[in-house]
Amino acid sequence: MKLRKAAAASAAVLALAATATACGSSDKDDSGSSPSGGGKVKVGIKYDQPGLGLKQPDGSFAGFDVDVATYVAKELGYKPSQIEFIETKSADRENALARGDVKFIAATYSITDERKQKVDFAGPYLLAHQDLLVKKDANISKATDLNGKKLCSVTGSTSAQNIHDTIAPKANLKKYSGYSECIAALQSGAVDAVTTDDSILAGFAAQDKYKDQFKLAGLKLSNENYGIGVKKGDAELEKKINTALEKMVSDGAWKQAVEKNFGPAKYQYEQAPKVGVIVK
Amino acid sequence: MFDFLQGYDVLGAFWTTVKLTVVSALGSLVLGTLLAAMRVSPVPLMRGFGTAYVNIVRNIPLTVIIVFSSLGLADIFGVTMGASDNFDVQGFRLAVLSLVGYHAAFVCEALRSGINTVPVGQAEAARAIGLSFSQTLRLVVLPQAFRSVIIPLANVLIALTKNTTVAAAIGVAEAASLMKTMIENEAQTVLIAAVFAFGFVVLTLPTGLVLGWLGKRLAVKR
Repeated sequence: MKLRKAAAASAAVLALAATATACGSSDKDDSGSSPSGGGKVKVGIKYDQPGLGLKQPDGSFAGFDVDVATYVAKELGYKPSQIEFIETKSADRENALARGDVKFIAATYSITDERKQKVDFAGPYLLAHQDLLVKKDANISKATDLNGKKLCSVTGSTSAQNIHDTIAPKANLKKYSGYSECIAALQSGAVDAVTTDDSILAGFAAQDKYKDQFKLAGLKLSNENYGIGVKKGDAELEKKINTALEKMVSDGAWKQAVEKNFGPAKYQYEQAPKVGVIVK
Repeated sequence: MFDFLQGYDVLGAFWTTVKLTVVSALGSLVLGTLLAAMRVSPVPLMRGFGTAYVNIVRNIPLTVIIVFSSLGLADIFGVTMGASDNFDVQGFRLAVLSLVGYHAAFVCEALRSGINTVPVGQAEAARAIGLSFSQTLRLVVLPQAFRSVIIPLANVLIALTKNTTVAAAIGVAEAASLMKTMIENEAQTVLIAAVFAFGFVVLTLPTGLVLGWLGKRLAVKR
């Protein structure tokens, strides 16, 4: 008797679920067809990097990557309201482009030979270097000072591998799953320095809550050429984006964006890189 | 097809996973048994502590426990587990501490269900011939209880094996950590995930089969 009740109940639930999914899918079809006429553009950025790509509590986005993406989209003919920002984490960038989830990606995307086999790059639009973020009164002036020091970086990141393999193999490297944890460790004194691209570090240091606590060491341990990723083979879009980037530099919007996002950190940024010139 | 594996110490990473699993399994077995003994003991204070521990710890996500052990215990309170000068060792020990603390709660509950399968008459008889509480538990109840919960304990062990991947959050160089590194360098997400998934199946499937077989053989027939 009990069993039959249970069977009836689960049948009812199944029926409900079926109708619910039916509704859901038809809704999706509706919303799927309308934007193609309205003309939205999907752009991949990061949500968790202050100064570059950060989703703010009110749901808006801020950062240098966001400003560059907005400018490029404008040049491609999209109003800011037509841009839909989508989170593309480091591991997912190639797939998001290949699947067509996003039109282009501006998300601290360093141009490398391995990645060039999977995607095409416009730009570069920023030349960053691996660097250290240290406490304001710290005394680290060259890479060899790092051996024996306590460093922090993110598990799996290129910066962590660089430290381990070439820059300072004897450094004591702590690894977390995100840079926020590293910054917290730096603040509490558990580590002497946090290492990754100087642009990312500058973004953290420029946040209000960390203002005047940290400084960049300025070591230039590597060259990271940030490019805008587009789907492999889409030469037309790549060319349009390159034109947009050149215009952004020449009309001063590039410099304005850099100043706005990194200014408080006193970041010694490089001059705007020339499109197509990759610094090895 | 698998040439992207070159240059990475995949076996070494899985070896760290195995070490993390074995050490944490032994630790949580000991702590879990102690907790189970507390929860069935005649002393109300101990029963209360055991119950509170299990109910609190098993309801906190493991990620929170592990990240707190590093960010809170180590970075802020300076608990470095005797390895303040080497973050690799420190991370490993903190991960073991967290995994033991977390899985002990599950071992305790599995074991307590085993204790409940032992007929009350056995404990009464043991008391009647003059055995103390700890003797009753050690000589009469626990040996029977363990034999009936081998399969549930195997489930806890398999969960523990997979949960070691959470240690990547604090930089322990086990399998999931190497997977992150490889995905960062090679644009081969699906293949890399498949390799590591296969690695974990190789670790856990035999555990399940062997302990399942053992559990059936050793179960107390009542």
